[in-house]
Amino acid sequence: MAINKNSNGYTFAFAIIMVVVVGTLLAVASQGLKSRQDKNTSDKKMINILGAINVEASRDNAQEMFNKYVVESKIISGEDLSAPAFDVDIKKEFRDKSLTILDRNYPLYICEKEGNRYYVIPVVGTGLWGPIWGFVAIDSDYKTIYGATFDHKGETPGLGAEIKQSSYSDQYAGEVVADYSGAFIPIIVVKDGSGKGMNSKVDGITGGTITSKGVEEMTTRTLGVYVNYFNSLNN
Amino acid sequence: MSEKKEALFSKKNRKLMTDPLDGSNPISVQVLGICSALAITVQVEQAFVMSAAVMAVLIFGNLIVSAMRNLIPSRIRIIVQLVIVAALVILVNELLKAFMPDVSEKLSVFVGLIITNCIIMGRLEAFALGNKVWPSLLDAIGNGIGYGWILVVVAFFRELFGSGKIFGFQIIPESFYDAGYMNNNMMILPPMALITVALIIWVQRSKNIDLIEEN
Repeated sequence: MAINKNSNGYTFAFAIIMVVVVGTLLAVASQGLKSRQDKNTSDKKMINILGAINVEASRDNAQEMFNKYVVESKIISGEDLSAPAFDVDIKKEFRDKSLTILDRNYPLYICEKEGNRYYVIPVVGTGLWGPIWGFVAIDSDYKTIYGATFDHKGETPGLGAEIKQSSYSDQYAGEVVADYSGAFIPIIVVKDGSGKGMNSKVDGITGGTITSKGVEEMTTRTLGVYVNYFNSLNN
Repeated sequence: MSEKKEALFSKKNRKLMTDPLDGSNPISVQVLGICSALAITVQVEQAFVMSAAVMAVLIFGNLIVSAMRNLIPSRIRIIVQLVIVAALVILVNELLKAFMPDVSEKLSVFVGLIITNCIIMGRLEAFALGNKVWPSLLDAIGNGIGYGWILVVVAFFRELFGSGKIFGFQIIPESFYDAGYMNNNMMILPPMALITVALIIWVQRSKNIDLIEEN
């Protein structure tokens, strides 16, 4: 053997070549797959928005269904109201500590289904282990919740992760977020099982209290902003 | 390559694959990779996908390290193994995100944690570094399955008793709940995975007396 594999030179050369090869490989993979990954993310977002108005879409027809049902996307409050609403990353803005609640962008998706208008509001908050988010659809009376979907990054399966299930999110349908005068009514998550019926309360998840409370916090914080906006439309 | 040929599935090679299923199982005998066995065995589906991901990384890791075993400088071999494993895991994660986004969402952070799975580093260091490519492949498959079956069995019991479901389908009928049956929420929490693994070890050792240590 001509090369001494225990020499410093060999070790350094090996390390350098390895790092360059691995680095290049990963960079190529990341760049090459990026467009597919971005499409998956935006498809998922469309599926979730449509899910809030009870329209089932799959990854295959997400774009088509989105174009069919969503008639307008706009930003109701934020830096630049003319920016494309779909591209607003509210999760990123939520994480950004330098932005106050007022600085954040608030996108709104206006959907039309069977002649009725629905207003889909994106919400984002914090669960137990990481971010949670969702979409809440408000009926054309500007106060009754038509449907909601929630999702999470890494809540405990079987506990906090249950917010994703329809058994949890269906409780929101029919709840009212504003009284007759237009004042905001938050939807409270309760533990005592009294959430049944339309009383601005929903039952939390046993063993998933922190996640459930996270949902309460994010809907309260965000829906209030939109209720004010809806009031300004009414007046 | 011109050495005398050994049959591809000779007795010795078969043992490489079958041993990790029982006698030298990475989880129940070597007690490696316990952390992921606790974390992702709440639902059977997750356990399946996680096992597949670990097996893929283990197979490619073993192949690459075995193919390069004469080139890797021994002084930095652990670092080299770590880089190979980390690169593979990132690659698997990127591919899952691009081609199987729904699965990727389910596994979320656990894919990244494959890097720290002791089974993988253990097999690279203990086997692939000193063996040819073909035995290393068999060893990886064997250990991957050995890891996987424990995960799936643990997940089966945890999902069945913790949520009354298997693969997300309701198994325990509604009438049981009406009669006062309740899901055991303890099963969903990590400690019960430890106890379930311990029960598997108990059953295994009572069947396979060789495994019982004397002291």
